[in-house]
Amino acid sequence: MPNNPTPLAEAPVTGEVSGAEPETRKIHAALTRSSTGSEDLRELEAGLDSLQSDAARAARVDWSRILLPVAALVVLVLVWQFYVSLGLKRRDLVPGPLDVLGQFGTLWGDGSLQEAVWTSLQRGLIGFLISVAIATPIGLLLAQVAPLRRAFGPLISGLQVLPSVAWVPAAILWFGITDATVYFVVFMGAIPSIINGLISGVDQIPPQYRSVGTVLGANRLQMALQIVLPAALPGYLSGLKQGWAFSWRSLMAAEIIAVGGTIGFGLGSMLNQGRDLADMTIVMSAILLILAVGILIELLVFAPIEKRLLRRRGLLAGSTR
Amino acid sequence: MPVVLENLGKRFGDGAPVLDDVNASIAQGEFVALLGASGCGKSTLLNIMAGLELPTSGALEVPSDGAAFMFQDAALFPWLTARENIELALKLRGVGKAERRTKANELLDLVHLGGAGDKRPHELSGGMRQRVSLARSLAQDRQLLLMDEPFAALDAITRDLLHDELERIWKETGRTIVFVTHNVREAVRLGQRVLLLSSRPGRVVQEWNVTEEHRTDAGLAGQLTGVITARLREEIRRHAK
Repeated sequence: MPNNPTPLAEAPVTGEVSGAEPETRKIHAALTRSSTGSEDLRELEAGLDSLQSDAARAARVDWSRILLPVAALVVLVLVWQFYVSLGLKRRDLVPGPLDVLGQFGTLWGDGSLQEAVWTSLQRGLIGFLISVAIATPIGLLLAQVAPLRRAFGPLISGLQVLPSVAWVPAAILWFGITDATVYFVVFMGAIPSIINGLISGVDQIPPQYRSVGTVLGANRLQMALQIVLPAALPGYLSGLKQGWAFSWRSLMAAEIIAVGGTIGFGLGSMLNQGRDLADMTIVMSAILLILAVGILIELLVFAPIEKRLLRRRGLLAGSTR
Repeated sequence: MPVVLENLGKRFGDGAPVLDDVNASIAQGEFVALLGASGCGKSTLLNIMAGLELPTSGALEVPSDGAAFMFQDAALFPWLTARENIELALKLRGVGKAERRTKANELLDLVHLGGAGDKRPHELSGGMRQRVSLARSLAQDRQLLLMDEPFAALDAITRDLLHDELERIWKETGRTIVFVTHNVREAVRLGQRVLLLSSRPGRVVQEWNVTEEHRTDAGLAGQLTGVITARLREEIRRHAK
């Protein structure tokens, strides 16, 4: 090579240096064996390990996590009641908290509240679970096979932006006013966002994980299932959360538009019924129920899973959750 | 000879060669330190030996079952405990479920981490993580172990201990180890043979033998460290213009 003055043919100097190079004989700081044996080493390491590991911190119940949201809710209801008692709007257009509570009681009494919540929740969950089962293999495949992703990636992103309610007219023409229509719309809402969540989760995997997988001898399938999927889990989970949100929204849209036929009575149908009867208390009851289901699913299902996932990976420190 | 490199060259695309005409052979059970300044292609050479990259010229001979590899950062999977990380390596090697557990515990004991098997990587200190990583690379059960500056990111106290630890494990397991470093003292501390790689392009320019006396005699080790440092600096100075 042009700037390499050492000819390679020259045999490398091997062995300890004699007095041949006096200018390099000055002694440098060096490392030597520093422990006196296996037992000594074990003890030193144990000491160092305990010095360098954090002591386990006891988990305690943080009441502010419960009290603050409750306080916020109370404040909001009080503001609502205060606004209503000012009497600026007609009471039948802006009912107060007590009017809505009364309507809740009536709906509970005739069983339509339970029926609506149960019907919608059941549909939402079934639709969501089927979406997960469809979207996960597709997402993994797209994330792992570059030509497929180049081909279908833009389409999937586009489908995620397309409001799934746009599919309702088509679904009604294809499937009539049946449950199939509702599920179709839910799928079109949830599947693209779960696929996209999984793909972005896979994109964020440190490249070294794959190198480790290769070095450990993982084949393509093992790489996908044992390394890529678990590594992408945080991103996948946010995809699932978004997928659930899209399922739930699409479901409500479908239930509002497609009423009658063999479709049962869901929360969307209740909303529509309130409009037909011009009864604002029913409308608000339905809205609050839709909101409450969303909050409960987040609090009871996704939040604990997410928290556990992040804590196990040491990603929770310093977050505001 | 488990590893033979013959006129090995590597260039990325149309760029200048990273490695050029590298020749070396490494004997069974030998501990070789591969020393060089930044940009000498040490890591590239190691990746080629590991089969992660292909050489563009020359030939190399490595064990047919491949090599175990230890990275600069521990690269443990954060969703698995220390033991599960080791078990995964065993699983991907095809070891049965029952045997995996026993083997993983043995390996944890070997690196003096018997009590930390259920901890997750983020609960371990840097030195402990690197020991788990060492146990995982031993779990691969390859004769050849390639190490890419595995202790570079550790504090001095931990590093000194891990040098002793690695030497002990090398003697216990009889592995052939190629250890890449840019630290002359570390190379002299660990290697039986130190190969100096030139920079841009990388090629083996000189090599030294390190004897058992160098492990305990600081004067002797310091003298050799001085000689190698001088030669390394000469190599670096060539790039000053």
